[in-house]
Amino acid sequence: MRNPQLNVDGKLQHLLTIEGLPREVLVHILDTAASFIGVTEREVKKVPLLRGKSVFNLFFEASTRTRTTFEIAAKRLSADVINLNITASSSTKGETLLDTVDNLSAMHADMFVVRHSSSGAAHLIANHVASHVHVINAGDGRHAHPTQGLLDIYTIRHYKKDFTGLSVAIVGDVLHSRVARSLIHALTTLGAPDVRVIGPRTLLPTGVEQLGVSVHHDMREGLAGCDVVVMLRLQSERMKGPLLPSAQEFFKSYGLTPQKLALAKPDAIVMHPGPMNRGVEIDSSVADGPHSVILPQVTFGIAVRMAVMSILAGN
Amino acid sequence: MDLPDAEALCEELARKLRAGATESTGLVGIRTGGAWLAERLHRELKLSTPMGALDISFYRDDFDVAGLHHQVKPSQIPFDVNGRHIVVIDDVLYTGRTVRAAMNELFDYGRPGKIELAALVDRGERQLPIAAQYVGATLSVPAGKLLRLARDERGKFFLRLYDAKPAA
Repeated sequence: MRNPQLNVDGKLQHLLTIEGLPREVLVHILDTAASFIGVTEREVKKVPLLRGKSVFNLFFEASTRTRTTFEIAAKRLSADVINLNITASSSTKGETLLDTVDNLSAMHADMFVVRHSSSGAAHLIANHVASHVHVINAGDGRHAHPTQGLLDIYTIRHYKKDFTGLSVAIVGDVLHSRVARSLIHALTTLGAPDVRVIGPRTLLPTGVEQLGVSVHHDMREGLAGCDVVVMLRLQSERMKGPLLPSAQEFFKSYGLTPQKLALAKPDAIVMHPGPMNRGVEIDSSVADGPHSVILPQVTFGIAVRMAVMSILAGN
Repeated sequence: MDLPDAEALCEELARKLRAGATESTGLVGIRTGGAWLAERLHRELKLSTPMGALDISFYRDDFDVAGLHHQVKPSQIPFDVNGRHIVVIDDVLYTGRTVRAAMNELFDYGRPGKIELAALVDRGERQLPIAAQYVGATLSVPAGKLLRLARDERGKFFLRLYDAKPAA
């Protein structure tokens, strides 16, 4: 079966998941993003690539950072951006997802950026829209968040230059994390040889080893000698049932403190997709410390989203 | 067809440019061939203002047809363009569309005082009202062929003729 993200010429038509994307596609996105970094340092922080195109931000789930950076990215490409916060609108009146999309298509949408709490929502829309319309998944349930995975590998490449020989530790609530899944796929595609997931049994998906990662329940053992530490948000709003004793207990075992970080390499970088729970998964002195690249991640995210939008729109 | 010696044309271009450029002139090469040329001219003219390079991929007028170029490199303009005399440099001047895109990009850095254009080869067939002030040679090239500057492993320039890809 053809990858639903690729068009008949094998070019990227939609960005739904990193899983199954060839290495060249990922590298092309990262290289293009590097060229967009400089655009934001000019007097006019815009390029005319998407002039006359309409980008609809369809957010069925709350988001500040992702929605804002997508909006900025589209505006820096000169597109017209329409933000829809659907939780407060049609769906509460009973309209189905595809009816909403059809109505927006009738308003001549060229691109949809979709966030939804159900896994597969962006796929559903991508299969439904006309062939000139592009869909970007901005997070679907527990499944994927490909632009976050891309900005994570952009950040890692920026600071570490290369993926060969790199040890990356992903810590915390992997079970509920679409960010972790997208990042693992990106890292293995780019050939990172040592990807570790660290967390309590209750917050690691069963069979996660099959993604090509090693599993650790002891954070000290898992962090030893690693180059990159990716802390995940403890997704308390997604947690149903007693998966955890308490946030304090979690911090004791899996919170990133200066003492635990000292076990990683001296030049290790610390990443977090945001929003952070200070004192739950990360100590403030680490979040604001010299190893932290959490704010550069946000800045890089704009360039990466510009790259994805312009590559899709040109295919 | 016989192609002229690119090294000789480059010398000719440097000679002409020397008369028009001052210490504060900013040379801006269009990637890839124009940037190589700007590098060489910048060295030979011993200008104190650092040279710039533009990748016009984000400003092309055929984005809807051709999509994004596969190997985009960052543009670099290491000087203040406001009020400055700038010479845009390209290897081959043809339709003029590349130069238009380059001028649009330059204006996103500020308001230049004056922009001039230098090209190693002017092959005519303009589709826009654009002319070069400094030209190495004018040359007529058959339609459907692309003329480009190339470099050998020692950095020596030569011209190459390609078959243009059929329009998508």
